[in-house]
Amino acid sequence: MSGSPILTLDNVTKKFGPVTVIDGVSVDVLPGRVQVLLGENGAGKSTLIKMMAGVHQPDGGRILIDGEEVHLPDTKASEKHGIATIHQELNLVGSMSIAENIALGRMPRRFGLVDKRKMKDDARAALALIGLDLDVDQHVGGLGIARQQLVEIAKALSLNARMLILDEPTAALTKREISALFSVVEDLRERGVGMVFISHHLDEIAAIGDSVSVLRDGKFIAEVPATTGEGELVRLMVGRDIDKQFPRRREFSGAPETLLEVSGLSTKGMVNDVSFSVHAGEVVALAGLVGAGRTEVVRAIAGIDPYTSGSVRVRGKKLPPLNVGAAIRAGLGHVPEDRKVQGLVLGAAVNENIGYATLASTAKAGIVDFAGQRRRAQEVADKLRIRMAGLDQAVGALSGGNQQKTVFARWIVAGSTVLLLDEPTRGVDVGAKVEIYELINAITAAGGAVVMVSSELPEVLGMADRILVMSGGHIAGEVPAESATQDAVMSLAVRDVKRELEDKQMKDES
Amino acid sequence: MNKVAARPGLGGATFAKFLANNGALVGLFVLGLALFIATPDFLTGPNLLNIGIQASVIAVLAFGLTFVIVAGGIDLSVGSVAALSAMGSAWIFSQADLPGWLALGGGLFFGALSGAVSGLAVAFGRLPSFIATLAMLSIARGLTLVLSEGRPIPTAPAVSFLGSNIGPVPMPIVVLVIAGTVAAAILNFTVIGRYMYAVGGNTEAARLSGIPVRRVLVTVFALSGLFAALAGLLLSGRLDSAQPQAAVGYELDAIAAVVIGGASLAGGVGRISGTLIGALVLVVIRNGLNLLNVSSFWQQVVIGLVIALAVGVDSLRRKSARH
Repeated sequence: MSGSPILTLDNVTKKFGPVTVIDGVSVDVLPGRVQVLLGENGAGKSTLIKMMAGVHQPDGGRILIDGEEVHLPDTKASEKHGIATIHQELNLVGSMSIAENIALGRMPRRFGLVDKRKMKDDARAALALIGLDLDVDQHVGGLGIARQQLVEIAKALSLNARMLILDEPTAALTKREISALFSVVEDLRERGVGMVFISHHLDEIAAIGDSVSVLRDGKFIAEVPATTGEGELVRLMVGRDIDKQFPRRREFSGAPETLLEVSGLSTKGMVNDVSFSVHAGEVVALAGLVGAGRTEVVRAIAGIDPYTSGSVRVRGKKLPPLNVGAAIRAGLGHVPEDRKVQGLVLGAAVNENIGYATLASTAKAGIVDFAGQRRRAQEVADKLRIRMAGLDQAVGALSGGNQQKTVFARWIVAGSTVLLLDEPTRGVDVGAKVEIYELINAITAAGGAVVMVSSELPEVLGMADRILVMSGGHIAGEVPAESATQDAVMSLAVRDVKRELEDKQMKDES
Repeated sequence: MNKVAARPGLGGATFAKFLANNGALVGLFVLGLALFIATPDFLTGPNLLNIGIQASVIAVLAFGLTFVIVAGGIDLSVGSVAALSAMGSAWIFSQADLPGWLALGGGLFFGALSGAVSGLAVAFGRLPSFIATLAMLSIARGLTLVLSEGRPIPTAPAVSFLGSNIGPVPMPIVVLVIAGTVAAAILNFTVIGRYMYAVGGNTEAARLSGIPVRRVLVTVFALSGLFAALAGLLLSGRLDSAQPQAAVGYELDAIAAVVIGGASLAGGVGRISGTLIGALVLVVIRNGLNLLNVSSFWQQVVIGLVIALAVGVDSLRRKSARH
């Protein structure tokens, strides 16, 4: 079956600015084999496949195709070598037909017009490659995600792809659709197509993979057979010393008053009946995989997104839904997932950005209290050690960590007591991370409460007092900090409440 | 390290930065100098007052539009709203027995109301501001014609006063200065003004910071309508009558003035002082070309080139600032 590798990443390294995201990783992709890439969010899997696809170029190391060193300056170059990527976000035009999508960018022409007959014949032939029988005139937008994925695979094969990169192809699929996808993958394996497969569902690895490359923090950890037990895989994925990185201190000695109480919260499609409460002096983490509904919970609490049922209370007082202003007045502060898109006005000064939430409450007769705003901003910026040229510098010019501290500063100036932190240390260097953790300590020591969404397990274990693990929009379980282990959290995170229900249903049917 | 990056420091770089940041002002100065050399008629008292009067209508329109553009929108209806407001004012006056100040106030009210309607359509109806105000452009012009039955209507004395002189000083210039001061104060010192920059700079971040984005949008368009009304009253005051076809196409001059003044159509950037300079650049070019007997046909070509040049320089500056 296997011969010499189609593609080899040989000791590749990639840096973004000062941050090394891939550090000396080697991977072989062999014909007729499924190479699984395994690692936590941020371990470097996507960067690695982007190097294979020509989106990123390695700063060090070599890429070999058929044993010869190549340079892949863009995706076109990798496509020419027969490498195709099936992204999570599919590259299809929903308003065009299946045939047009498969022919996109290379439509057959006759007398300067599109040769529709040939285009459709080609499309049917492409679909036949993976045993798919669909009306090629159908609009792609009308197909389900699973079918769209298969159309995209058919398109890749029609471009003579001999290596497919499947980036979390099962994330949005139901159990039945996954088994259909896997039978296509089996077929392709028979045909000698090499595949790279990324999934967070460990059970799928044994079902479909041949070999597993485990990554952690951008480093290559081990290559093990896909038959390796799930426990061992989790250990390889997350095992590291975390004690010193996370200086959690519990210095609050007041009454553990309930500051935030969420009950029966559900949103359309993403969050299902979520209930929890957070006390003064406490850090509660929402753990789980990306897409588990953690961000949606936090956004609904903050009044950003609507919810269909349930209630949110701060200090016993019910918050009106979909009202950010009321949430802020009640003492909530929200540090969003993506500070550049949701947190900051990048072109505006640090001073302005710190002041947005308090501009109105400190104003007299609608006139901004400039002197006061500036004084408060300077005080908090000093306290948080925001490194900047001055308060008038555009916040977009600061480093990621300092930008994040600016968002925190806004809520500290606002006197927020319940902070909702969504991936508070994403894209922040190690030093600034520790400063943000110290900030969390200070907030709780002062009697505040923190809800922290984080995909970094060590951070969750290191900083949280209680850990709520979410999966498929449900709270899959709660783990107290003392007895928490990465394995315990991970096994709850990959426990799929929805699929368990489906499994039960399938069993009942048969 | 940040300090070094933030302050290019060296004298040459700072001067170059000043020039780049104040391109419109430099342009206006160069323009003035060139015209001073080219014709003795340019730098005379009467001509400068003439420029001020001509600039007043465009500048006041453009002040209002600056709010909208800073908040990330566009208002195509300002010319039509100006005409409707002036006509509404004259119509109130023509319905006998009503005092003149009511005609003035009524005109301003018509403008603010038209703007607020556009604002509601943008904020709550989720219409793109381009579409909402394109609709208002047509609606306001139509209502103007309905109200006037296609004929000019004489203005109230209070409105005509806006077009007169106090001693040697023309009222339009006084109104221009007051309107500019008020507009600059709103943008710089009030909460709602600072909110406009936040909403235009990043609507999502503004909303997540608790800024009432929809209220800001409605206010912004209402202010644009109010300033348009003032411009319309100025125009009709100078003519002593409200014309049904007044201010046709003025929205384009107003947009040009704001953009030449350094505002970004992407939102979040813009100053009233810049807009004033932009309006003056437009008027000085027209005035100068008139003095030099250049045909008005060619003037349009020149104005177009100036707009392209101003915005081109601006986007180059932004691009280089990002690196």
